Amino acid sequence: MAKGVWIVAEQRDGAFRKISFELASTARKLADVLGEEVCAVLCGSGIEGIAGQLGKYGVDRVFVADSPALEPYTTDAHAAAVAKVVKENDPAILLLGASTQGKDLSARLVGKLVTGLATDCTDVKIADGKLLAIRPMYAGKCFGEVVFSTFPQMASLRPNVFPAVENAKAGAVVKFDPALDAGQLKTKVLEVQKDTSGKADLTEANMIVSGGRGMKGPEGYAILEELAAVLGATVGASRAAVDAGWRPQSDQVGQTGKIVSPNLYIACGVSGAIQHLAGMSSSKIIVAINKDAEAPIFTKADYGIVDDLFKIIPEFTQECKKLLA
Amino acid sequence: MNIVACVKQVPDTEAQIKVKPDGSGIEEGGIKWVMNPYDEFGVEEALRLKEKNGGEVTIVNVGPARAMETIRTALAMGADKGIHICDPAFDGADAFATASALAAAIKGIPHDIIFCGQRAIDDDSGQVGAILAELLGIPQITVVTKFEFAGSSVKVIRPIEGAQLLIECPLPCLVTAQKGLNEPRYASLPGIMKAKKKPVDVKDAASLGVTVTANARVAKFIPPPARAAGKIICGDDPATKARELARLLREEAKVI
Ligand SMILES: Cc1cc2nc3c(=O)[nH]c(=O)nc-3n(C[C@@H](O)[C@H](O)[C@H](O)COP(=O)(O)OP(=O)(O)OC[C@H]3O[C@@H](n4cnc5c(N)ncnc54)[C@H](O)[C@@H]3O)c2cc1C
Ligand SMILES: Cc1cc2nc3c(=O)[nH]c(=O)nc-3n(C[C@H](O)[C@H](O)[C@H](O)COP(=O)(O)OP(=O)(O)OC[C@H]3O[C@@H](n4cnc5c(N)ncnc54)[C@H](O)[C@@H]3O)c2cc1C
Repeated sequence: MAKGVWIVAEQRDGAFRKISFELASTARKLADVLGEEVCAVLCGSGIEGIAGQLGKYGVDRVFVADSPALEPYTTDAHAAAVAKVVKENDPAILLLGASTQGKDLSARLVGKLVTGLATDCTDVKIADGKLLAIRPMYAGKCFGEVVFSTFPQMASLRPNVFPAVENAKAGAVVKFDPALDAGQLKTKVLEVQKDTSGKADLTEANMIVSGGRGMKGPEGYAILEELAAVLGATVGASRAAVDAGWRPQSDQVGQTGKIVSPNLYIACGVSGAIQHLAGMSSSKIIVAINKDAEAPIFTKADYGIVDDLFKIIPEFTQECKKLLA
Repeated sequence: MNIVACVKQVPDTEAQIKVKPDGSGIEEGGIKWVMNPYDEFGVEEALRLKEKNGGEVTIVNVGPARAMETIRTALAMGADKGIHICDPAFDGADAFATASALAAAIKGIPHDIIFCGQRAIDDDSGQVGAILAELLGIPQITVVTKFEFAGSSVKVIRPIEGAQLLIECPLPCLVTAQKGLNEPRYASLPGIMKAKKKPVDVKDAASLGVTVTANARVAKFIPPPARAAGKIICGDDPATKARELARLLREEAKVI
């Protein structure tokens, strides 16, 4: 009988990604309802030393595969390692992050484990002893409640939505041999080109300051960059701004861009087209600054200012500076 | 070179999505159906690859009868032939079942490179490509913004949080397309005329030997939580409004 709530922890360069703790805390909550154990799988090279940190967030045991072939992440190596240890232990639930790595890995695991996966969930709970996963569909235009008929019941969790709560457990390290077959490792990471801005990615950002066509041009973003620097926020954009070449593709928020859920989303000169709203409606607090009182963005905004953004933003930046000083 | 592009038919991004009163699905009336935007990038990349290196592009779809229109769109863009897996048994199929059907069809034809979209904009699950690659026993590279064919391997760019990866992978392989990969072409009028005569093979679950599973099933569709009406911040001048906004974010919303 499948038993236990498992997570696949994510680390990069020997440090845990925040999603790992969000996964651990969520797994703990589910496991406490079931009265079962929380286990984590951790793959990488030279990472055995950090494994115990997961105990702090409620993990009982950490299954560690430590091999140079597991660094950097490739689907081939990680999917083989995780599938092996999961098959050997038969967990009831398997949670991953809906990060770029987690999305890539979780889907491959569905194929290897012949099971079902609910992607990018915003809530998970136990109903009748089984996993019930809630996920946005149609980019958040509706939600689906997903149930499972196979094990492990898999869900990937949207970053930044589930709280990481300290709840110390043993975090005992169990080493396992991933038994990687070199012939099966086909993909090679030739180069990692790091973004040196030091800004959080939009999908992981706590705060986003987003600009649309109302920014008038690439220079307009200077005031948003300044505000973002004060708040520690990441700058995003509408597709109109990206298509105009004012901002890089990676900044686009929306149904065909990034789906984001920060604590604070400030939309400046964004009209609020349905495709844009789809990508940011699950933000906790939404602020809209737009000179058109009829702009649809105001239907989603918790706070709105109807005015010229070029007058409001510099003032607002000064106010934030004072508050945060 | 034998290139395959998987295309799904989805509601247009403008579509307002209404959940049926009993939560069993969404209201399909009035929806305009289009090719999944990410699949357009996949088809475009497939066509460019063929134009440069020769070969053939096959379009594969699992979908109801109306999805034939999307296959024809891809053929009108320049693809050579299609496979339409059309069977009511696939209503309510999950990603695994969809991928199994695609795998069964693709196993029967030569394939060096397979393109999928990085996700379908309706179900948003972003699983089918990777499951398909696993079922075919070939490597995958997902969410790709740059693609280069280098003889017996491909080199691609995959953006991740805070970095871009340059990844190399031998053929055969499966790549999922992200926006930025290319600018998809429009079908030309002669293209549309030609597409009508291009062969599309229609298959059902039985002829492919796949059983339809629903390992993960959407038991209920629910409308998104309504957001409470917001506050419009008034004031005599921008400075007053800005100050009030900062105060509310700090004291009421407690986010800064
Ligand atoms: C009314 C309704 C009921 C449903 N019920 C369930 C259910 O009970 N359980 C469940 O898990 N899912 C259900 N689904 C969704 C399911 O049928 C999905 O089509 C399937 O899970 C694929 O996932 P996706 O569309 O998110 O594709 P993704 O994995 O997001 O698609 C990625 C890429 O894979 C390719 N691809 C995906 N689908 C197809 C296709 N059909 N033909 C060709 N290529 C394709 C495309 O290249 C696409 O860009 C339901 C859908 C509807 C509309
Ligand atoms: C298939 C498809 C997919 C799409 N996907 C996305 C997506 O993922 N993300 C996305 O964002 N869009 C997407 N779109 C585009 C979308 O439909 C809109 O065109 C786009 O979001 C509009 O961007 P915008 O709000 O910046 O521009 P506009 O709609 O032009 O709005 C500009 C706003 O700025 C305001 N403004 C102007 N000057 C000022 C000023 N000085 N002060 C204050 N306010 C000012 C105006 O009142 C206006 O409301 C998609 C479209 C399609 C067809």
